[in-house]
Amino acid sequence: MSDPDQVRIILATDCGSTTTKAILIEKREDSFRLVVRGEAPTTVEAPFEDVTRGVLNAVREVEELSGRTILEDECIVSPAQGLTGVDLYVSTSSAGGGLQMMVAGVVRSMTAESAERAALGAGAIVMETLAANDGRLPYRRIERIRQLRPDMILLSGGIDGGTVTHVVEMAELIAAADPRPRLGSGYHLPVIYAGNQKAREEVERLLGSRTALSVVDNLRPVLERENLGPARERIHDLFMEHVMAQAPGYRKLMAWTHTPIMPTPGAVGRMIQVAAERNRIDVVGVDIGGATTDVFSVFDGMFNRTVSANLGISYSISNVLAEAGVAAIARWLPFDLSEADLKDRLGNKMIRPTSIPQTVEELIVEQAVSREALRLAFDQHKSFAVSLKGVQQERTISDTFDQQTTGQSLVDMMHLDLIIGSGGVLSHAPRRVQSALMMIDAFQPEGITGLAVDSIFMMPHLGVLSTVHEQAALEVFERDCLIHLGPCIAPVGTGAPGSPCVRVEIQAPGTSIQRDIPAGELTIISVEDAETLDLCVTPTRGFDVGAGKGAATRHSVRNGVVGIIVDTRGRPLAIPDRSNQRISRLKNWYKTLHLYPE
Amino acid sequence: MAHAYTPGLRVSPLAVVRKIRRLPLAGEVCVEVAQNVEPDTAVAQTHLPGHVHNVNVANALGVAPEDVPALMTRQTGDQVAADEQIAQSKGIFGLLRSSVKTPVSGVIELISGVTGQVLVREPPVPVQVNAYIRGRVVEVFPGEGVAIETHGTLIQGIFGIGGETYAPLVFFSDDPDAVITPDRVEDHFVGRIVCGGAVVTLDALRRMQQIGVAGVVTGGVPYHDIGALLGYQIGVAITGGEDIGLTVIATEGFGRMRMAARTFDLLKVHEGRHASISGATQIRAGVIRPEVIVGLDDTAAAETPTETAHHGLVEGGTVRIIRNPFFGRIGIVETLPERPQPLPTEATVRVATVRLDTGETVVVPRANVELVET
Repeated sequence: MSDPDQVRIILATDCGSTTTKAILIEKREDSFRLVVRGEAPTTVEAPFEDVTRGVLNAVREVEELSGRTILEDECIVSPAQGLTGVDLYVSTSSAGGGLQMMVAGVVRSMTAESAERAALGAGAIVMETLAANDGRLPYRRIERIRQLRPDMILLSGGIDGGTVTHVVEMAELIAAADPRPRLGSGYHLPVIYAGNQKAREEVERLLGSRTALSVVDNLRPVLERENLGPARERIHDLFMEHVMAQAPGYRKLMAWTHTPIMPTPGAVGRMIQVAAERNRIDVVGVDIGGATTDVFSVFDGMFNRTVSANLGISYSISNVLAEAGVAAIARWLPFDLSEADLKDRLGNKMIRPTSIPQTVEELIVEQAVSREALRLAFDQHKSFAVSLKGVQQERTISDTFDQQTTGQSLVDMMHLDLIIGSGGVLSHAPRRVQSALMMIDAFQPEGITGLAVDSIFMMPHLGVLSTVHEQAALEVFERDCLIHLGPCIAPVGTGAPGSPCVRVEIQAPGTSIQRDIPAGELTIISVEDAETLDLCVTPTRGFDVGAGKGAATRHSVRNGVVGIIVDTRGRPLAIPDRSNQRISRLKNWYKTLHLYPE
Repeated sequence: MAHAYTPGLRVSPLAVVRKIRRLPLAGEVCVEVAQNVEPDTAVAQTHLPGHVHNVNVANALGVAPEDVPALMTRQTGDQVAADEQIAQSKGIFGLLRSSVKTPVSGVIELISGVTGQVLVREPPVPVQVNAYIRGRVVEVFPGEGVAIETHGTLIQGIFGIGGETYAPLVFFSDDPDAVITPDRVEDHFVGRIVCGGAVVTLDALRRMQQIGVAGVVTGGVPYHDIGALLGYQIGVAITGGEDIGLTVIATEGFGRMRMAARTFDLLKVHEGRHASISGATQIRAGVIRPEVIVGLDDTAAAETPTETAHHGLVEGGTVRIIRNPFFGRIGIVETLPERPQPLPTEATVRVATVRLDTGETVVVPRANVELVET
């Protein structure tokens, strides 16, 4: 790769399961900016079975739109000279199902959970988590290992120097199952051992000849601390060496890129981490796709990622229905729809996943399902993003009445600074206010929280770029990737509709606004031509916006294309159960926000 | 993007149908290239590894795990029968010995001095793959399986459940809008594949199960009724392994949906002939659609109407609309405007104008049309 200081033209691609997206970034004057974007269908599967065909097609679209020649004899020209070539080419991939892993540990809530965190953080879909105390009989575990054909297994267990028996037992089960890799029939399944050092020899004896075993440092060397870095790095190495190398066309693609190809969710997670660290904020990011929904969070510097493998709005839409239930989806609809009709509509979307809503009614139904998919995925994330369990805590007499167990959720909605939404239903909603309200309804932010969407889904590209050129990645992220929708002010508490709830005072250059907003409403306050706004928010006695009940709080916030959304519907959000009341209330809220065309 | 439309389902009067029949694990192929096969001909066979059972010998004998290897009366690799002794304690002066028996017959695979466990693997389970269609073996993949070809009619459905079966086709009504209710499931449908209708009710499906109907191919089926029939709701469309004694194929979708005329007419041509059908559906990663295959001999093939295949979404091509407000309608593409156009939802997308069979011309997103492929 060229010297980062010399890099001016960057090409980045993301090979998704259906579409390959290419972006061109150029240094103009002093900063990096997005120039154009191109896309083409992914070509991993028959009849092409060569991922580079899709990459070349997407890059050709970039060439046509930008006027720059990037390809010569179906190869990427590098370095750039004049209007030809690029200085840097990077790529991510989730094609062919992405990276699918199985993890195993000794105690479900300790080492197995740490192993799961390591795999998820590396961008994997965790197909199964096995633990010595998961309540299953050994032969059931063996059957499960054999049924699933993961790309690799991460085995952990025991703190360093602790008992070896249980982790060896897990290794015995893996050996007995004799698992086969998903891709490629002529090689051994990669297994990473990241457990008790004392058990290494026995694990090597059991698995060394049957699997492609690699041993890294224990990911939970002591109960009080995780050491996920070595396991994550090894996962990335094996993803390149085994999984990518087996996928059609990837050997060629790997030779083209200047840095290793990253799994798409791993790259998105990295970008969110970099943004949170640089701006010192707490962030939640969500990427809702057709089949899966990924949620990322950084709270107090702690990064977590979860993937809800069967929550999505096309391939998995019926699974959202099965998990949420008809009533949960119907509560977002400002009209009556029979249960059978709703089920048939969602079933038809599942079997024709690329179809799009043509009528407003269909759009409302799809956005209702999105709210539930996001809510369920976020619930799963909150229960996973927790402090380490099993850690010994020191307590004094003053803690007598305020004792907390270990494993508390790290997700603190009142201190959350920014929610970033990504994926077609959020990035491409016809009106930006629809994206904002979907995120508000699903996540129910508290206090004052910024909302943004990834304009054209480039966080994967920027995440992998940040590994080699962080400055370029951050500049494009701030200027071209994020579309700030505006802050949401949501007082915590409940009150009768119409009763006093909150006073909002807004100061911006040349503008001063004061509004008293009663409980039970959704309101937008628009301030034109101001990038940042100074807010003073004063709730009434029963409500809290971060400084305590009835206490005012001041914030400097980023303005957005939607405006300031004041949500006084209360937390937790309650939607009337009775159909006519619900419909009347929703119609009122949606009309106030100009959510849908009349 | 170049391909903003759905490739569509094949409804082909006469096609070369090629089916790959593979073993789940390496084994042996039982047929040769150029050999004619029947649907129930076994073309390949193998043995799946047997189930593994673990016996906690250390616990059973009350000894430390490291003492287990020395107390084993049978060793790694030995064949053992169910209830046979595999380990015995030393006892006190050789008396009061306790022993451990294997719960299953099989082979001792592992004796662990670390965990004190012994793993016993049951004998391998034989598995056969049959031909599924009547045809000719055109390729052999040594140790893996074969490719079989036949000339015949291929009709793909949109969604199905249940496995592969081979039976004669029978129509319950000539009215494509008819509803298959239990009273219309006649006794002579036993062992046959019932075709036609816009929807089949749950009670009718249950009656078909009861009397032993082989399969049903209909326009639509209510999503809720599929859940009721299976006992669980289908979350993601990966099906084919349901053991319900009946294969169900919907050609159009969920709900009440009149079967497309060309599908209905083509099935009708083959009434009385045997067909191979499969309900297996997979929407993601390597799409699999449910199918009806009618293998034809030369005389029958000559009698079957042929059509020209269309490639890609082109003006003049036949399409099916796959989303409201024109769901299920068939039409001819009139124009494919280059520039994206706004929809009632305000989304701006690439569209097609389609002349419906009623003569009306409508604008639909290209993503909402499906090619009718032949």
